[in-house]
Amino acid sequence: MNEEIKYNKLKAIIKVYLPDDVSVDAITLHSNFISELNINSANLVDIVLDVEDEFDIMLENDDMDKMQTVQDALTIIDAKLEAK
Amino acid sequence: MNYYHITSQLPYTEPFLFVDELIEVYENGVVGTYSFSEDSYFYKGHFKNAPVTPGVMLTECCAQIGVVCLGIHLLQKEGDFTPNGMQIGMSSTQMEFLLPVKPNEKVTVTSEKIYFRFNKLKCSVKMHNSDGKLVCKGEISGMFKADVHA
Repeated sequence: MNEEIKYNKLKAIIKVYLPDDVSVDAITLHSNFISELNINSANLVDIVLDVEDEFDIMLENDDMDKMQTVQDALTIIDAKLEAK
Repeated sequence: MNYYHITSQLPYTEPFLFVDELIEVYENGVVGTYSFSEDSYFYKGHFKNAPVTPGVMLTECCAQIGVVCLGIHLLQKEGDFTPNGMQIGMSSTQMEFLLPVKPNEKVTVTSEKIYFRFNKLKCSVKMHNSDGKLVCKGEISGMFKADVHA
């Protein structure tokens, strides 16, 4: 799976949990989920669960702690897919 | 079985404690009861001269029995529970209300875990009245966090 496909899949997941006042265009690789995209910690859990389903991977508590930005999420997805 | 080790850790007190007794607690769910006393403060205003238990109170009762009690149990099992040091917050609810609950009615809440991941507990909850009729049902999620400053 190439990077762009992964990024678009991730964006489609994030989109669902964006608050009303944040547009999809605000999502960049550097976006911080909580401080920039205004996603709360409860919805961040839902994003992780959707990512697990979409990519058929499993994240641990450590991964969750490291997942601050969209790029972090992609790095984690890559590592998990690699390890499969 | 006595579930005092769970109920004693609930962070609520009167007039906002909506758990009387836990009947059953296991890995994937919990069953508990509560009787809405006619002396409860909200009956004075909901409604004028026609007391009915507000839906938010039914939701709160479902959340305290179905999500918070189950969450305390799961955290205790994992060894992650810190007495007096828990921060909890309701993060989402989606409820349907089917029958009114009158003052002094005893209700039974049955909750099933949908998932407990990354400190978020999401449950499917149902509340039945003493006739066994479904009063309300829905899904409630809450976040549990150990307070590092405790």
